[in-house]
Amino acid sequence: MANHDTLDPSLTDDDEPTRRDVILIAAGGFAAIGAAAAIWPLLDQMSPDASSLSLATTDVDVSHVEAGQAITVVWRGKPIFIRHRTEKEIAEAKDTPVDDLPDPLARNANLPETASAADDNRAAKDREPWLVMIGICTHLGCIPKGQAVGDYRGEYGGWFCPCHGSQYDTAGRIRKGPAPQNLAIPPYAFTSDTKIKIG
Amino acid sequence: MAHPSSYEPNTGIERWIDARLPVPRLMHDQFLAFPTPRNLNYWWTFGGILTFMLAAQIATGVVLAMHYVPSEHGAFDSVEKIMRDVNWGWLLRYSHAVGASMFFVAVYIHTFRGLYYGSYKAPREVLWILGVLILLLMIATAFMGYSLVWGQMSFWAVTVITNLFSSLDSVVPGLGTRLVQWIWGGFSVGGPTLNRLYSLHYLFPFIIAGVVVLHIWALHIPGNNNPTGIDVKTARDTVPFHPYYTIKDGFALVAFIFLFAAVVFYAPNYLGHPDNYVPANPLQTPPHIVPEWYFLPFYAILRAIPNKLLGVIALLSSISVLFFVPWLDTSRVRSTSYRPIYKWFFWAFAVTCVALGYLGSQQPEGVYLVLGRIFTVYYFAFFLLVMPIVGLIEKPRGLPGSITEPVLGPEEVAAPPAPAARKVPLKRKPAEVA
Repeated sequence: MANHDTLDPSLTDDDEPTRRDVILIAAGGFAAIGAAAAIWPLLDQMSPDASSLSLATTDVDVSHVEAGQAITVVWRGKPIFIRHRTEKEIAEAKDTPVDDLPDPLARNANLPETASAADDNRAAKDREPWLVMIGICTHLGCIPKGQAVGDYRGEYGGWFCPCHGSQYDTAGRIRKGPAPQNLAIPPYAFTSDTKIKIG
Repeated sequence: MAHPSSYEPNTGIERWIDARLPVPRLMHDQFLAFPTPRNLNYWWTFGGILTFMLAAQIATGVVLAMHYVPSEHGAFDSVEKIMRDVNWGWLLRYSHAVGASMFFVAVYIHTFRGLYYGSYKAPREVLWILGVLILLLMIATAFMGYSLVWGQMSFWAVTVITNLFSSLDSVVPGLGTRLVQWIWGGFSVGGPTLNRLYSLHYLFPFIIAGVVVLHIWALHIPGNNNPTGIDVKTARDTVPFHPYYTIKDGFALVAFIFLFAAVVFYAPNYLGHPDNYVPANPLQTPPHIVPEWYFLPFYAILRAIPNKLLGVIALLSSISVLFFVPWLDTSRVRSTSYRPIYKWFFWAFAVTCVALGYLGSQQPEGVYLVLGRIFTVYYFAFFLLVMPIVGLIEKPRGLPGSITEPVLGPEEVAAPPAPAARKVPLKRKPAEVA
């Protein structure tokens, strides 16, 4: 293409950018930006829509849940484990040094991200027996066993994921198996002694 | 393309078309007269079988879509309605579901054929890469199609596989979660997820068809590899595609359809999982989640690695390593038949893939986990160590002078009239030579 006879000034050997170079780059640049802007709605339509976002809070009455029992409710399509822990379970969780945990962070949406995984940061604020967590294994999203009375709860007495064998303790912290994190704690608050608002 | 056109339009209409849109010329040159090595064995018939399977899946899929309801609440019931109420619905659905399995049977044989005979080596690298791309698209399409049944296995397979992306959280906190919620269209797998999987499941086969066209194009530039792995040297090494290979491919296709039909009619659920006849329940995970059989080796590799992110990387690498095979294999000889050392490693690799498939179906505990790790190591060692090293140190067996030579002897100086020569009864030949 390096034809010196050409009339196109942009193809000459002159290193100086020509007016044509500027127009070419500017037009190409604007076309690229325009294409990107046009693609964005085509991609972002897949994000959670307004109706999914509107399901953001759930109210739960826990007055009937005795110590040693647990219930599962649904929030944003996810199972929420609410466990009323026994004295023994609380003691076991409290006696575990944080240094022994694979994941040292609380993973509690109600606390700063750096909060440690101590039992105080996992249990409900000022209501030590109550544990409220998203019941989804942090490995690949299965629902761990341990909510029903007869379920196998693993070596640490909390929850056991049947898919790939992750085991959680009585504060929902990962102790053994492939899951990388403690069970997540959703944003929630006790609105009275027996009512929890999740989300 | 790679050979001069032999098409001669004989009628006025043919000449008229030929001057405007020469599709008849293209078809004649590429699918009738196309010079094809004369020694292709039955392992070479799977390309045609795969083309048939793609067409069959599209045909059954399009008609199933006329009855399927892509919604969280309607999907499972509509599948049962197809099975019970829709005219021939049972046949169409079983053909489509079993068809996916047969498609993978054929594609794995086709891929191993390419690996054994070195069909990925120069000048066929692009052909091979397009093939790996088709394999990836097939995996995505099959996965999305399986989800549409919306039974327990469908639902939890989608949950587990989409959650693989959340492993990115350990690279950039929050990125994986954002990505997974974008894929789901919500905070968990649900109705929006099903609808988009359905949309893409309908789209992908047509993308595959497009890449198949490129795959065949890339095949028709250098022409077929063959069991000796040596290049076509003279016209004597080839026969026209039609009738020689249309008949051979057709015979193999009929045999394959026999097997396909036997499974459809006598064991349609043999390759499936009974849990998928339980409607999806987001609050209960089945005790033992397994993917469809054709994903089991990759699933075993995922589970062999105790770290989530590294497991996902191993899973993706186990397929994407195939892209690099043309450059990983350092041997100058294509066909494994002439490679006395590599041959053993190749068959060990084939055994490894079957073993990983079995291990993927078992719980990842005890001896299964240990074996899973051993075979995973060999899976990658085969590509990353065996292919480069054995190619350098091995002394290959002597290659024949040409494709035809081992059968008909060295080519005579005067070009023999090939068809007539082949009609001579075989027992007279030694006398002539003597």
